[in-house]
Parts: sequence; structure tokens; C-alpha cells
Amino acid sequence: MHKTWWKILGSGLVIYTAVAGLLLGVPHLPILNETIRNLYFHVPMWFAMIVLFSISVFYSVKSLSSKSEIDDIKAVESVNAGIIFGVLGLITGAIWAKYTWGQFWSFDPKQNFAAISILLYFAYLILRNAIDEEQKRAKISAIYNIFAFPMMVVLLFVLPRLKDSLHPGNGGNPGFNSYDLDSRMRMVFYPACLGWILIGYWVYTIRFRIRSIENKQQHN
Amino acid sequence: MQLAKEVKYLIHKEVLLEWRSKYTINGVLLYVVSTIFTCYLSFVSLGDKLTWNALFWIIMLFASINGVSKSFLQETKGQQLYSYILASPAAVLISKTVYNTLLMLVLTTIALGFYTLVFDSFTPPDMVLYYVAVVLGSMSFSTVFTMVSAIASKAGNGGMLMAILSFPIIIPVLILLIKLAKNAVDGLPWENSYDEIAMLLVVNVLMVATSLLLFPYLWRD
Repeated sequence: MHKTWWKILGSGLVIYTAVAGLLLGVPHLPILNETIRNLYFHVPMWFAMIVLFSISVFYSVKSLSSKSEIDDIKAVESVNAGIIFGVLGLITGAIWAKYTWGQFWSFDPKQNFAAISILLYFAYLILRNAIDEEQKRAKISAIYNIFAFPMMVVLLFVLPRLKDSLHPGNGGNPGFNSYDLDSRMRMVFYPACLGWILIGYWVYTIRFRIRSIENKQQHN
Repeated sequence: MQLAKEVKYLIHKEVLLEWRSKYTINGVLLYVVSTIFTCYLSFVSLGDKLTWNALFWIIMLFASINGVSKSFLQETKGQQLYSYILASPAAVLISKTVYNTLLMLVLTTIALGFYTLVFDSFTPPDMVLYYVAVVLGSMSFSTVFTMVSAIASKAGNGGMLMAILSFPIIIPVLILLIKLAKNAVDGLPWENSYDEIAMLLVVNVLMVATSLLLFPYLWRD
């Protein structure tokens, strides 16, 4: 993907959602009021994070068989970019929770499990720091990354459904589909998801290129 | 069939080694008993059923990290080379997991007995269901910690790495276990716990499957 059209598309979509998300009309609902606009800024962060972590697992699997250094750098840099989006998702969620639930961090399963799944990836980065030898580091961290991925899926998608959560779409609370009767929100939400995923991918490619240049300099 | 033979032989080897020195089992047993006793001396009596349940699982968590991490971290290079030459990676992993499950079962059973003896105010009304939770707990602790201890031992940086790597993975399992055990403490009928039991079994199968896929790459240096 060396072409530039998708970068322009991604930036355009994110600018469009920032403007349209704050200006276009939304359904007026009790408690939520205008905070419903957070949907455009909070949910796409998780989509971008999931996509980046999936890219990372893909390259971890690849690096186990190919043993190439490039695949290893791709795996770690997509985790780095994914963590940024995960933390942003936690922050946007916490700010929204302050105005609707009354607290930044109320003991909500959805928040807790999301935080734990971010911890998984911090553990991955620390594991990388603990090993000095490059090939060994690539192999062992790839194994941990693949081992942790199904657990992250369980944490984010399965466990919150077993518990009572205040989060929209969980524990009997309606998701955004039921609010959005006239499809006005869809016009912003879907472009926002696509835009942020493209931006996340762009961040990852830039980080990957910086890292490979640094590596080349070290080897020379 | 070859695999079953190797697994049987390796489990026999593990049990024999343990039987000769009796170091791990006695060490971890003393660890658990003294932790429970320390808790007893500092809490004197526990306020409610929830604390009773949570405290038991926290003690079990730390005991099992200590017990199971021995499996790979304490092996010498020579011992690892011996089983590397002798058996397939899958056999090594399965035998370690099965052995650790047995070890944890003995350990948790004794610990549960001592725990109910000391903190006798909140003995769960449904002891059978509580014991089911304990059995599932021993199983999940050993499946997760065996693989993580293999990763930590290959990274060559023992104790702290083991804790950091295993906590985020074990927390969801621990939450399910505490929920299941709480059902037993509250004396709810069994129908309410089928979800948790099924979920724990699914997580275990998932962990064993990913471990079996990944371990051969880890084992070969």
C-alpha cells in the first residue's frame, strides 16, 4: 500500500467525522443528551485497536515460520500503534462515563476487562525488553503474542456479556442501533470507523518505516 | 500411541523425581499453610462471605504461581536436553500440564481443608459445587501457568516475568472462578452455574490448544 489515495481518504473521513459528528443532528434522548456524539469518537478507537492487534498476530505467526526481522518489527510496531488507540478508547470512554454514569471509573466490567486487555499488551512489550538476543526475542515474543490474542478476544467480546454492565449494548441496555431510528448517525459512524482504521494503519506504517531505518543504521 | 506412551513415561518420571525429593509439594504446602495462618492472625475473623471467598482464591493464585512455575524454571539445561532428545514437544507439554494439575489438586484440596478449619464461620453450604470450582481452578491454573512458565524460562528471567506475563491472562479465568465459587457460597441451585462451568471448560480447551500449537516453536532452541 505505497499509494497515497487511502491516506487522503482516511484523513478526509476523519476530518468529515470531526465536523459532522459535532454539527449534524442527533436523536435527543434522556440522560445521554448530546453525549451520544461520543459514539463517533469512542467506538472507532476500539475498531482501530482490534485491526492493529490482528495485524500484529498475523505478522507474529508469519515471523515464527519465516524468522525474518521485518515481520518481527511489523508485529511490535502494530502493537505500539494499537496500544495508543486502546488508551484513547479508555480515555474517551471514561470522560463519557463521567457525564452519564457520574464517575470516570465505576466498577463496570466493560471498563475493567478493556483495561486488562491493554495490560496484556504492556506485558508483551516488557517481555520484549527482558530479552537481549534479537532472534530469541522475536521468537518468544511472537509466541506470547499469539498465546495472548485469544484471551483478549475472550476479555473484550465474551466475558462482558456474562456480567451486568451499564455499557450501551450490554446487560439489557440498548445499543446504538435502537436509538438511531432515522439513520442519521450511521452517516457519520461508519465513515468514522473506516477513517480511524485507515489512520491507525498509517501510524503503524510510519512507525514501521522509522524503526527499519533505525535498525539499518545500527547494523552499519 | 507413541505420544500416549511418551506422556505416560514422562509423567512417571516427574512423579518419581518429586517423590524422591518431595521438595515442591512440601514447599508449596508449607507456603500455603503459613499464608493462611498469617491471614488468620491478621484478620482474626472475616466480615462476610464475599471476603472469605476472595481471600481463598487470592491465596490459591499465589500458591499456584509458585508451585507451577517450578515446572520449567527450575529444570537445569541438562534435564531439558534429556526430555528434548527423548520425547516430542507435545508429550513434554501434556505431561507437565497433567502433572501440574495433579499437584495443584492435592495442594488445593489440603488448602481448602485447612482454610475451612481456620476460618470456620462461612463454610459454603454447597461444598460439592465449591469443590467443582476448586478442581476447575487447579486445571486452569496449571494449563495457563505451565505455558507461561515455559515462556518465562526461555526468556531467562525467572520470577518477575512469570508474574507479569501470567496475571493479565489469568485474571479473566480468576473472575469466572470467583463467580462460580460465590454461587456455591450463596447456596444457589446448580442451574445458575452451568454458564460459568461451560465457559471455564472452553477457556481451558482454548489454552491447551494454543499451547500445543505454539510449544514446539518454543521448545526448539
